Amino acid sequence: MIKIDNLTKIFDTPNGPVTAANNIQMEVPEGEICVLLGPSGCGKTTTLKMINRIVPPTSGKVYINGEDTTGLDTVSLRRNIGYVIQQIGLFPNMTIEENIAIVPKLLGWEASRYKKRAAELLDMVALDPSVFLKRYPKELSGGQQQRIGVARALAADPPVMLMDEPFGAIDPINREVIQDEFLKMQKVLNKTIMFVSHDIDEAVKMSNRIAIFKDGELIQYDTPDDILAHPKDDFVKNFVGDDRALKRLRLVNVEQVMEPPIYVSQADSLSDAFNKMEACGYYHAITLVNKAKQPIGFVSKEATQTRQGQCGEHYLGLKSIISIDDDLRKVASKMFTHDITWMPCVDKEGRMVGQITQRGITHYLGATYRRDGYQASAEQAPLGDDLATAIKA
Amino acid sequence: MKQAAMKQLSFKRYGYFFGILIAFWLGSVFEANAIFEELWEYQEDVVYLIGQHIEMVLISGVIAIALAIPIGIILSRPRFAKVAESAMQLLNIGTTIPTLAILALAMSFLGIGTLPAIFGLCIASLLPIVRNTYIGLNEVPAHLKEAAAGIGMTAGQMLIKVEIPNALFVIFAGIRTALAINVGTAPLAFLIGGGGLGELIFTGIDLDEPFMMLAGAIPVAMLAVLVDVLVAAIAFLLVPRGVNPLRR
Repeated sequence: MIKIDNLTKIFDTPNGPVTAANNIQMEVPEGEICVLLGPSGCGKTTTLKMINRIVPPTSGKVYINGEDTTGLDTVSLRRNIGYVIQQIGLFPNMTIEENIAIVPKLLGWEASRYKKRAAELLDMVALDPSVFLKRYPKELSGGQQQRIGVARALAADPPVMLMDEPFGAIDPINREVIQDEFLKMQKVLNKTIMFVSHDIDEAVKMSNRIAIFKDGELIQYDTPDDILAHPKDDFVKNFVGDDRALKRLRLVNVEQVMEPPIYVSQADSLSDAFNKMEACGYYHAITLVNKAKQPIGFVSKEATQTRQGQCGEHYLGLKSIISIDDDLRKVASKMFTHDITWMPCVDKEGRMVGQITQRGITHYLGATYRRDGYQASAEQAPLGDDLATAIKA
Repeated sequence: MKQAAMKQLSFKRYGYFFGILIAFWLGSVFEANAIFEELWEYQEDVVYLIGQHIEMVLISGVIAIALAIPIGIILSRPRFAKVAESAMQLLNIGTTIPTLAILALAMSFLGIGTLPAIFGLCIASLLPIVRNTYIGLNEVPAHLKEAAAGIGMTAGQMLIKVEIPNALFVIFAGIRTALAINVGTAPLAFLIGGGGLGELIFTGIDLDEPFMMLAGAIPVAMLAVLVDVLVAAIAFLLVPRGVNPLRR
């Protein structure tokens, strides 16, 4: 847990004092990632660097796991905080192994122990120890170097990590990959992480909480969903963008939105299919599954009304299915691609476990606006409109 | 790429060929004029004076390195930042003073003999090392220092594990320049009574004895090349592979 209590930084410049961070007050619960977000010069990096005293605070206190760090000496404070910076900062004079092992060495570990640790960490960041341990940083690509940067910060297993735009210098494709790997690692490691970013998409993807800064003030500190659904003022609204409701698609996965499955098997008669659809209300089609419950096609309501016989004789091919682990962004993308308004959802074995509909998505995302009585204004609930216009187009 | 390499290779081969040709030609000319015999006459003097010469270079060089690196390190520390700027200006002015003038100045307050010679050589070779140490340390990227600090290194650990290894190549370049100046200036030490191979060179010039002069000049030239190769070899071995542009 990181707790920041009234942290203030005033820089003395030739043009008079400048307040870089003003009475910042926030708390990051254990095991969560908090992204500090804002335009440049907003005080997010200053706030981060005051935690490990790279920037000494003018006033205020920092608590780590409940302990006031004011009394700790700078060196031992920093050795217990993992630190990753945008420029990576691997030491070019040392091999990868020496780079990773540097904090354990400073802490006085035995050689055999820190060597084993270095190999273990390389494995964790998906690089082959036998290939990379003895190499030098300049022999690695940017993405590989930043993985080593993360591994180095994790070497002594610190409970807390500070990351200053760690993936900022990596090309977009590799950035996605490294972000995903990092999130996977975080699931196991459960570190308390503060993460500076200026990219709202990265923030939404990585964080449990987002803190939005402006001119040295903490404007809003909330979960990504609340920041996107309920921006506190015009600044936050502008910063998260006009498409903020669409960004929320990424935060929700299929499992949360899907409806209980309705399906027919090949031997069922068309009238059974019709009855099932009628029972549920608004469906215009029903999924057809094989013996293993895997979706193989669909039967339209029109067919059940105009024809006779078994479902297996009158079905059409499915355009798309979706896995329950995917997020709504992917669902929306598939719906737009294939011009469809619903699709069956499958588990890891490909068995049908539900279906997701456009109506279900708008209903789910709209719930938060309706709760606050916002639905009257079209501007306040743009997601439904956006989807509708996108589908019409 | 391959073609360029081939070109270079063949060029090198021709170079060797002409080098060998010139060496043979020189050898035959020397032999025909009995130059080796003439030079051999000074063998005893040369051995004695080389000893003196090397002693002078070694003592002044070691003292210069031992003084200049710590001075450069101190000047590069943030708290000396203001002093360092003016100090570097002063050093830059210092490097423009001809080495012969430095020797003359040293003689004017230390008298004649080996001591003022070593002192003068020391001062002349101090400057490039201080300057390169200072510049090398200052040019270590700020983000490396931030990473080192963020990891929890003390100022001393940062200096030894990060700053010096990354500045070492530049520092060695300074040492190389300094020793080249040192070896080149050392013959002048004879002028203030410091001895060394300068004795043969200057006496040879005065007495119009070209062989005496050559007996001094050839070892001085060889010494200069040897010292340079030696420092380069040490730099090659000591500068860590990751920051050594000469090693892949």
